[in-house]
Amino acid sequence: MAALTMNYKSALTLIVFTLTSLLSGCNDGDKISLSERSIIYCSEGSPESFNPQLSTSGTTSDASSKLLYNSLIAYKGKNNILEPALAKSWHITHDGKKITFYLRQDVTFHQTSNFTPTRNLNADDVIFSFNRILDKEHSFHQVSGGHYPFFQSVKFAELVEEIEKINDYTVRFVLKRNNSSFMANLATDYAVILSAEYGEQLSKANTKHEMDIHPVGTGPFMLKDYRVGSFIRFYRHESYWHEKAKIEQLVYDISPSKTSRLTKLLAKECDVSSYPIAHQKITEREDLQLESVTSLNVGYFGFNTQKAPFDNKLVRQAISLAINKQAIIDTVYESQAASAKSILPETSWAYDSQTPELGYDPVKAKSLLEIAGYAQGFSMDVWAMPVQRAYNPNAVTMAKLIQADLKKIGVKVKIISYEWSTFLRRLSLGEHQSFLLGWTADHPDPDNFFTPMLSCSASELGNNRTFWCNEEYDELLRKALKTSNMSKRKKYYAKAMAIINEEMPLLAIAHSKRFQARGINVKGNILENFGSISFHDVAKTLINSDSTPLTPVKEIEKESE
Amino acid sequence: MLTFTLRRISLFIFTMLVLTLLSFSLSFFFPGETVINHSGQINASTAELVKINESYQMDKSILNQYGAYLSHILEGDFGLSMTSQSPISHEIMALLPATIELSLVALLIAMVLGIPLGFIAAINHNKATDNAILSLAMFGYSIPVFWLGLLAITLFSINLGWLPSAGQISLLFEIEFVTGIQFIDILLSDSPYKWQAFSNASAHIMLPACVIALAPATIFIRLSRAAMIEVLAASYIRAARAKGLNFKQIIFRHAIRNALIKIIRHVGLQFANLVTIAMVTEVIFSWPGIGRWLIESVYQRDYTAIQSGLLVLSCFIFIIHILTDFIYAALNPLARGNHHGS
Repeated sequence: MAALTMNYKSALTLIVFTLTSLLSGCNDGDKISLSERSIIYCSEGSPESFNPQLSTSGTTSDASSKLLYNSLIAYKGKNNILEPALAKSWHITHDGKKITFYLRQDVTFHQTSNFTPTRNLNADDVIFSFNRILDKEHSFHQVSGGHYPFFQSVKFAELVEEIEKINDYTVRFVLKRNNSSFMANLATDYAVILSAEYGEQLSKANTKHEMDIHPVGTGPFMLKDYRVGSFIRFYRHESYWHEKAKIEQLVYDISPSKTSRLTKLLAKECDVSSYPIAHQKITEREDLQLESVTSLNVGYFGFNTQKAPFDNKLVRQAISLAINKQAIIDTVYESQAASAKSILPETSWAYDSQTPELGYDPVKAKSLLEIAGYAQGFSMDVWAMPVQRAYNPNAVTMAKLIQADLKKIGVKVKIISYEWSTFLRRLSLGEHQSFLLGWTADHPDPDNFFTPMLSCSASELGNNRTFWCNEEYDELLRKALKTSNMSKRKKYYAKAMAIINEEMPLLAIAHSKRFQARGINVKGNILENFGSISFHDVAKTLINSDSTPLTPVKEIEKESE
Repeated sequence: MLTFTLRRISLFIFTMLVLTLLSFSLSFFFPGETVINHSGQINASTAELVKINESYQMDKSILNQYGAYLSHILEGDFGLSMTSQSPISHEIMALLPATIELSLVALLIAMVLGIPLGFIAAINHNKATDNAILSLAMFGYSIPVFWLGLLAITLFSINLGWLPSAGQISLLFEIEFVTGIQFIDILLSDSPYKWQAFSNASAHIMLPACVIALAPATIFIRLSRAAMIEVLAASYIRAARAKGLNFKQIIFRHAIRNALIKIIRHVGLQFANLVTIAMVTEVIFSWPGIGRWLIESVYQRDYTAIQSGLLVLSCFIFIIHILTDFIYAALNPLARGNHHGS
């Protein structure tokens, strides 16, 4: 019996102890609690590596580009203007072939558990970072697979002749030809600067692969800990060259399930959630807010202007008028997209707010068809892309909606879909009459929409599957590229958009949006107009302490004191 | 006591033999090559495969193969997980403590709630209180655990925002892995936020532990009620009453102690039930325990992980059984002399 009494007592002690410790958890009230100095971000997946050079996946660049690294130059502000970052200034020669960057001298690298930098950033680091991509013989080129998808897609290696070191803080890029998008490419999330010194250390230790797993960069945060499929922990980079980040700790809670991200957001287990569902529910809550940015992409319905009946401008206009875009946005994009007025998204600085929107007008469409001589209607093919993309989440459903819309004006639609590579190959051969496709910009320069999608050169060997070629349009684009005067460029692009609206080689349908939800106590920009997310100027306000789950206990205690 | 111990140990050994035989034979029943199911090395090169075949003695008779398999297990080598390609023993060592922690807390809650309620019911035998408690127990026992878990998350995490719904502790706290039992690790750590972490971990364990505790608590109610009714009808209680002891003295000095002994025996049995419930609950509450790991292994057809996980889990439950038997024997001298075992 004595043993039993003992058990009783020890159990009781245990309970009392647990309860007291539970309450005493709040005694250090003078310290600001850890949660007020940290942000938990519920992310959608595990990054493949921590080097954005190696991947174009949004998950990877979200977890690395703007947190761990900096690029030489960066897009800033609402108008996406190129501004200095690691390079404090730059100079471009008249022929546009030599670009000299003057580097900041006060940029420090992260000090991590396996690397202590002995020097600041200099020209060697810049050359190391770009030569890794360009030079196939470079000792790091083959590390982590040797694929640099972004740079390969913009044919970077064919453009850059060489990179010269002028002195410790001056680097010159020598190009083979003038290219207006070169600077834009250097400002993307992918053109990050790595540490050459770290590379040397890893080479000596024969652990080169660690370069991309245990990253060292110059960014506002440094990697502390990563468990695949579970979490990523970042600490603030205390000697960041720019203003220090406002939060001390940033944790990515990797939650691939949409519902679990929503639950965690509602239960305040994460402060910010990527790609949330149940937008209605989130906007209803007073303690949460939903935000979105329109991505630089466009989903469109294109016509083969070389084939009857779409060689007739009136038919193209008629078909465009007969399509109910809003219904497509509500169904296919589940309202997560902005209706497109032209190929350029409204978030671009070059977008002219006067651009007229082509409405939904089946009556006018019918009369246009009559003028064009198709009063009895006709039948046509719509090629729907077989894959899912942000700019078109479900092309087959979209094709079915178009089919129903066009039936009303007497046009019969047959939906055709091939396996993706066959689809692209046959499109390039021009076998189609009309097609559903889209375009995602590589960088925010407006030219990245106009030239690759609809120029004459693109119709010969590029992405222009409408085979539309308009001299006046091309001339406008050339003029726009030659000048660096923003307002002039804007005017040229407005004219180009007017031509597209008149000629209708394609009907722009939607620009998809990227959504994010956060607690109202989280201040600062996370989503940027372009590229990956950033937590540099994000802060938490003190109101937060009232909403942490444990606060009721705290308050009871305070009252009893 | 010696005979008692020896009996238990021999029982343990034989049960484990049967269990290993089962998990050994699973390798033959699962799709794929037997030796790969044993070792989990799906990407083995030809040279490595020869080595593995040799170490599992695949060219010899089935008895030798079983012997080789046993010796691997005795060395703590459960093979590699087919999905993550890391040793299963490491994964289990990292995950099992979280399950133990959750189950123990749940068991504690179930006992603290269930046993007194059962006693109250028994004391008020056949009265309104008794009926109310019994119907409550019946109701609680009938609720499916996955539904209860989701309901608890909706109510306490989403609508009221009182308690967190996922994980063991907020990711903000960095607690070094020492024992794997979160509370002990927090107390051992030198983090300046120790107490914040402690209260955070307590809040995290609350919901899953209560959800798990519900079903066993209802069983404890019925067990303790039955035990108490039996004790109250015993002659020594009647004697105590005749001696003029008041109600309080009878219940607290005599009845409760004797009734508790009867219940202790069932704790081990309930623990097995509780671990099963915990496995489902771990999935709902994203608890990083062995149950969730095992269920994920089933999804991913990770055969090596399934058979080793089952083996370890059943071994663990068996050990708990034996432990409770020992406690029972220590508390109740009558049981020690019982030559027929249980």
